[in-house]
Amino acid sequence: MKQTERQARAKRSIDGSVWKSLLPFLRPYKKILAAVVGLNLLVAAIDISYPLFQRYAIDHFIQTGTLQGLGVFALCYLAVCTLQALSVVFFTRGSMVAEMQLGKDLKRACFVQLQKLSFSYYNQKPVGYLLARVMSDTNRIAGLVAWSLVDILWALTYVLGTFCAMLALNARLALLIALIVPAISLLTVYFQKRILRQNRKMRQLNSTIMGAYNEGITGAKTSKTLVIEQQNEQQFSHLTGQMQRASVKAARLGAVYIPTVVFLGSLATAIVLASGGNMVAEGALLLGTLSAFISYAVSIFEPIQQIARILSDVISVQANIERVNSLLSQQPAITDSPAVTARYGDVFSPLKQNWEPLVGDIEFRDVSFKYPDGGDYVLRHFDLHIPAGTTVAIVGETGAGKSTLVNLACHFFEPTEGQILIDGRDYRERSQLWLHQNIGYVLQSPHLFSGTVMENIRYGRLDATDREVIAAAESVHADAVAARLKDGYQSDVGEGGDLLSTGEKQLISFARAVLSDPRIFVLDEATSSIDTRTEQLIQNATEKLLQGRTSFLIAHRLSTIRKADVILVVKDGRVVQRGTHQQLLQKGGYYRDLYTRQFEEESALQVLRQGRVEK
Amino acid sequence: MPREQITRAGLIGRFLRGSAHHFVSAIVFSLAGTALGALLPQIVKMAVDSILGGQPSFLDPLLAGSILGQAPGTRRDLLLAAGLILLISALAWLSQYLYRVSIARGSERFTKSMRDTLYSHIQKLPYAWHMTHQTGEIIQRCTSDVEVVRSFVSSQLLEVFRTSSLLGISLWVMFSMNISISLIATAFLPLILLYSAIFYRQIARRFLAADEAEGELSSVVQENLTGVRVVRAFGREQFELDRFDEKNTGFAKLWIKLGYLQSYYWGIGDMITSLQIIAVIVAGTVQATSGAITLGEFLAFCSYNLTLIWPVRSLGRILSEMSKAGVSMDRVRYILNCTPESDRPGAQRPPMDRDISFSHVTFGYDRQKPLLHDISFTIPAGTTLGILGDTGSGKSTLIHLLDRLYDLPPDGGHITIGGADIADIELAWLRRNIGMVLQEPFLFSRTVHQNIAATHPDASPEEVRRAASTACVHSAIDRFPDGYDTLVGERGVTLSGGQKQRVAIARMLMQNAPIMVLDDSLSAVDAETDAKIRAALDAHMHQSTVILISHRVTTLLHADCIMVLDGGRIAEMGTHQLLLQKGGIYRSIYDLQLRGEDAASLKEGGVGREAD
Repeated sequence: MKQTERQARAKRSIDGSVWKSLLPFLRPYKKILAAVVGLNLLVAAIDISYPLFQRYAIDHFIQTGTLQGLGVFALCYLAVCTLQALSVVFFTRGSMVAEMQLGKDLKRACFVQLQKLSFSYYNQKPVGYLLARVMSDTNRIAGLVAWSLVDILWALTYVLGTFCAMLALNARLALLIALIVPAISLLTVYFQKRILRQNRKMRQLNSTIMGAYNEGITGAKTSKTLVIEQQNEQQFSHLTGQMQRASVKAARLGAVYIPTVVFLGSLATAIVLASGGNMVAEGALLLGTLSAFISYAVSIFEPIQQIARILSDVISVQANIERVNSLLSQQPAITDSPAVTARYGDVFSPLKQNWEPLVGDIEFRDVSFKYPDGGDYVLRHFDLHIPAGTTVAIVGETGAGKSTLVNLACHFFEPTEGQILIDGRDYRERSQLWLHQNIGYVLQSPHLFSGTVMENIRYGRLDATDREVIAAAESVHADAVAARLKDGYQSDVGEGGDLLSTGEKQLISFARAVLSDPRIFVLDEATSSIDTRTEQLIQNATEKLLQGRTSFLIAHRLSTIRKADVILVVKDGRVVQRGTHQQLLQKGGYYRDLYTRQFEEESALQVLRQGRVEK
Repeated sequence: MPREQITRAGLIGRFLRGSAHHFVSAIVFSLAGTALGALLPQIVKMAVDSILGGQPSFLDPLLAGSILGQAPGTRRDLLLAAGLILLISALAWLSQYLYRVSIARGSERFTKSMRDTLYSHIQKLPYAWHMTHQTGEIIQRCTSDVEVVRSFVSSQLLEVFRTSSLLGISLWVMFSMNISISLIATAFLPLILLYSAIFYRQIARRFLAADEAEGELSSVVQENLTGVRVVRAFGREQFELDRFDEKNTGFAKLWIKLGYLQSYYWGIGDMITSLQIIAVIVAGTVQATSGAITLGEFLAFCSYNLTLIWPVRSLGRILSEMSKAGVSMDRVRYILNCTPESDRPGAQRPPMDRDISFSHVTFGYDRQKPLLHDISFTIPAGTTLGILGDTGSGKSTLIHLLDRLYDLPPDGGHITIGGADIADIELAWLRRNIGMVLQEPFLFSRTVHQNIAATHPDASPEEVRRAASTACVHSAIDRFPDGYDTLVGERGVTLSGGQKQRVAIARMLMQNAPIMVLDDSLSAVDAETDAKIRAALDAHMHQSTVILISHRVTTLLHADCIMVLDGGRIAEMGTHQLLLQKGGIYRSIYDLQLRGEDAASLKEGGVGREAD
């Protein structure tokens, strides 16, 4: 990921093929865009005409000493200004509409694509990265197309138009001014490059500083106990010092560049004044024309700077487009075959009438597997038959790779070799949605969506009535959660369910799973401490959910583990032991270590808690 | 002892210390630049009037003797004018350059001092403060809000000053040339200023709404992405897409509406500006035609007028944006006004290798709900106390109090070390002498070496290695790609729970403290390694006073004294033998862990049965 970003950044020229990929998105708005471009050209033309009005006033009124026609002159001027104002109104609207619609379409395309991509993709890309693709990349692209590309047309037209106007007024003077253009262009290219580089450095430093604040705050307790606050401050101050130097350096570049451009404008004025003044004195040039020239000489340089600025934007946005493209062109690692889609439908339009009922018999047949992002095989020739209704417990340390088997069984990943059969048929013969809609999933830190308790449970089955939702909640004791909250089932759970405790979130997600009545149930038990009462509720709910379902439990609690029909012990990504609790205990080794550790903790707690109940 | 609260002005003043001279020179150079800029139209005026021959150059007497003095009038004046323009421009370049550099130096220094102060203040704020504030929220105050304050000081304030001085100088020159045209030009300015100020104030609210809509859209996407497993597991893709579409469309609509408003603003603003320009040109033309002003003056008027309009238009925007800075300043001020930890006057540094004593300690984070009830006990110097208790029984709270992460209220009893109340001990002295390994250890994203040597940055690799060996983590570190120089955390290796605990133990050992606290610090380590570490620790720290919290009886049973905490009270306390005889909670746990049915099967299921 970083590699490609760096490559994209290194690219310094404009790549037409990248921009071509945007065409399909632009097509619906070509009329608006054409209108915006047209209006902009008009604006440029009017901008060019302004100095000519001053010229006219000088040559026709002041120099001749008459005021005849001044009224008409003022009216014409006013008319042009009004036209200008109207163009600005419509051009602003058009650009805004184009920007927002284009951005909206791009966002939607990314979002739809993300709904199709496989978990292997999600495993490689952090959520923040994907979110940036959907939100900021698309914003930047749309903003650039709708405003900057239009601005650059304005600037080009303005520069060329002004130059033409100057040529028409007086070729010799025009050419003299033109001499300065290359100087300003070179200057701009030279400085832009350095300023951009410096800005990039500052952005990096900025995110480092943000990280340092984060560490300073989250590590506050540790820093206090170690009494290393001063060291931390020194390190931080070193960092802000770097930032200070980098910023001053960037400012210094700007402090040379911008005044120099202004100076070149004055140089042009001086040239015009000295040589144009002579022409006026000799009668070869009218004074009004000279004044127009002076205006042009000063105003031609700002658009040139603007062109340079936009060009560098264009190059940097190219990287945004490439990132969006790479998202949109990503092939999902797991796709339903055309035949399967034809029969069962896709995720957005399933053909449920063709779906067979699912029983829940799962078989791993000679499965070998390695994660698509590389590494060794984590499963080799793995065989496992899980009859419908069986409970499988998977145990191991945090980060040992306990979810691999679940991911495979749920068709979130596919075996590299071998096959997985559901109800006796290779699961690739059915659509993913068919399987997924039959899975109930409760995560260790369960994910809830912002909204009410009711909405979150209903996520399990969208057409469930309130009564059904409440019944589901009661069956797993999630009604206790609703009862505690101010507005009952209508209480907001906060973003990601943040207003609830982990245990409460689990209970809600149990209810959600019950409502969808899945044939296969996956539970990743919470490791974080849950209060005794909720803990008991969860255990009861778990038992209830396991009844009659094929279940995978990523288990931490002994009570859960002991009840499992088969236990798989995972270490360093591999299944190292399997069997029932008794068998494994007798075998000794890794399972026994794990078990002992958990046992010691739970037994101590058990006694302590019993004591309290007796009181 | 109430601390003085910082006001907004006080906040700016405090951080300006050390950078004020940069801002002063920025103001001087900005004034110089503005004045030089105002000279240029005068040169053009002089040149034009000289071409027409009517006005003799005011420099004539000065140049009488020079070479230029010999040249024919007009040509000489033109060259002179061009030369002057270049000279003034060169000076303007210099003042612009110096202005920009001064402002950058000043504002960067200002910002650095603000960042550093915030960071160090936050470090010093009590742990209770950290527990009640959200990290993201604090970071935002330290970054975005600091940025707003910085731009207020470095650009907005100066821009207001610059525009006012530009306005002042230009108007002064204009009025000295011709009063009636100047009046016409000035008449429009308040209108332009007011118009843009009012507009931006109006639009600010809508911007806020649009920003919020973007936030909502962003959270829908984020929730969808983080919850992708739930979405897939329930097959809710279409439902998610509908929800996304709703927010996406709403977001686009709000911005388009905003665009419409802006389009009016720009259009009408342009119109007012144009009217003003037309008025000045027409009035100027009339005056010039009648001979009330020269042609040169007419041109100068047009130039001054143009330089005025844009700054005035943007001044409206700046003024309305400045109101935001106040909010940010208050948010930064809030942090700085929170009271940091401090020592009592006359705080001492008593010897710490003495008895630790809790007497009648009652404490709760919430004063209404005490977690510890009237706890009294003494740990003789050099002995080990083991603590056993449920989550929420108050064992971590005991530790927090000992290290003064929380302070005892005046009526909450006393904790003393060698007879000295810890409240009267210098905080840094106290903590430096208590080595602590927390339940969920936090490692810094630095190298392993730097983490272990946190309290002794100058420690030799040899010392660090020795500490790591004692904590039984040396061989694990050795296997990392860069050994002790491996970065920990996101940018480096991810340590397992057990490795983290052991690195934290090594870090604590480096502290060489007479008091050591291990808060459930071996929970993620298997029993065998646990025993090994304890043996190594025993050899290492036979002089130290140790507090050991654990669920594991085998860990606790060698302690000189064992305390069972239950619901914030001491349920049992005594030696292992004593508690076993007593037959209470400890006995039950001991039986369950070492004698129970499961424990038995664990023991029996040893190597002997491997054969089957």
